[in-house]
Amino acid sequence: MANKPILLDYWPSMFGMRARVALREKGVDFEYREEDFSNKSALLLQSNPVHKKIPVLVHNGKPVCESLNVVQYVDEAWPDKNPFFPSDPYGRSQARFWADFVDKKFTEAQVKIWMKKGEEQEAGKKEFIEALKILESELGDKPYFGGDSFGYVDISLITFYSWFQAYEKFGNISIEAESPKLVAWGKRCMEKESVSKSLPESEKIVGYVAEFRKNNLGSE
Amino acid sequence: MADEVILLDYWPSPFGIRARIALREKGVEFECREENLRDKSPLLLQMNPVHKKIPVLIHNGKPVCESMNVVQYIDEVWSDRNPILPSDPYQRAQARFWVDFVDTKLLKPADQLWQTKGEEQETAKKEYIEALKILESELGDKPYFGGDTFGFLDIAMTGYYSWFEASEKLANFSIEPECPILMASAKRCLQRESVVKSLHDSEKILELAYKLRKEYGV
Repeated sequence: MANKPILLDYWPSMFGMRARVALREKGVDFEYREEDFSNKSALLLQSNPVHKKIPVLVHNGKPVCESLNVVQYVDEAWPDKNPFFPSDPYGRSQARFWADFVDKKFTEAQVKIWMKKGEEQEAGKKEFIEALKILESELGDKPYFGGDSFGYVDISLITFYSWFQAYEKFGNISIEAESPKLVAWGKRCMEKESVSKSLPESEKIVGYVAEFRKNNLGSE
Repeated sequence: MADEVILLDYWPSPFGIRARIALREKGVEFECREENLRDKSPLLLQMNPVHKKIPVLIHNGKPVCESMNVVQYIDEVWSDRNPILPSDPYQRAQARFWVDFVDTKLLKPADQLWQTKGEEQETAKKEYIEALKILESELGDKPYFGGDTFGFLDIAMTGYYSWFEASEKLANFSIEPECPILMASAKRCLQRESVVKSLHDSEKILELAYKLRKEYGV
């Protein structure tokens, strides 16, 4: 009998959330283990010696690291339910391209909003809004980035939705004003149980960021 | 209907070469169009408006961007021969993990080797060798990262292998004594027909690097 897959995770991490959403989309029963970064578990250090980061999915004793890699692995290991990718190679390459965009341009921009202040934060805000608009344009009138069904790009981006309130509060921006379609998409995704069960409440993230800014930037 | 395959490329690019190698591994006929990165063609700007970078594979009019995305696309379209990715989900995850490692941990120091001098260059050399050693440990005693066959991670690494000679001369060091096993695999890759046909003269790459260093005042 195979053991339950184990997910080494950290509750506010939008990267960890991706793995949670992916596993729930496939109806996989998994064991969630919270990591303490000031005291990383032996299993984490052994499973991800290269980066020592979460998420790590340990399946049949073998570790898979890097969030988007975990999402793709989950799709391939449990292929009979809710495929995350279309079947045609072009559609698949498009999905990979946009998830990579989220992982590079969008991720780099949002981190400046909550981790920085002053000029760096301002620069981050500009980049963030630019990235939002590019993503909104890519979404177009589709219900999901995957078209009619929730897919890989949706999974890569939706986890940041739990951080939107924090970006708005600490970055002093209105995401709804900048990209209303994207906010509508976020609300649509949140209606899915796999998403709502995997994302922490926005208020909790706001509290997390407030604490971080107090401890690291000397102010909110 | 015959396939139309165009590759927007730049001859010394370690990323462009990955696409060339993948196409040749699959025996795909393609038209290579050289870009001038200081005067990008309207086609490039139209096909990759988000990043405006090469390589871009245009297959029957539709663009695919980002080098390893292009390689994976090529593998999926021409799936009947020379598979590039393994079929097992765990092996595929491993291949993707290490390609991500290469393009994050090796990329920055690789660039800094030719873009910097003095202390900055020394630091870059250290990080570069460190990353290569981690990769060598992952290679183990396999002929290729793909095992017995030239695969996804080997193609990703060949981009960097194509710059080995130039990097060594620019930063005055030797990779072989640091990573002899990786070097043996690199030589094996550099001798493959698909790679030989895709490679440009190391001397030309070195010449270009020197020219750019002068322009940047390094």
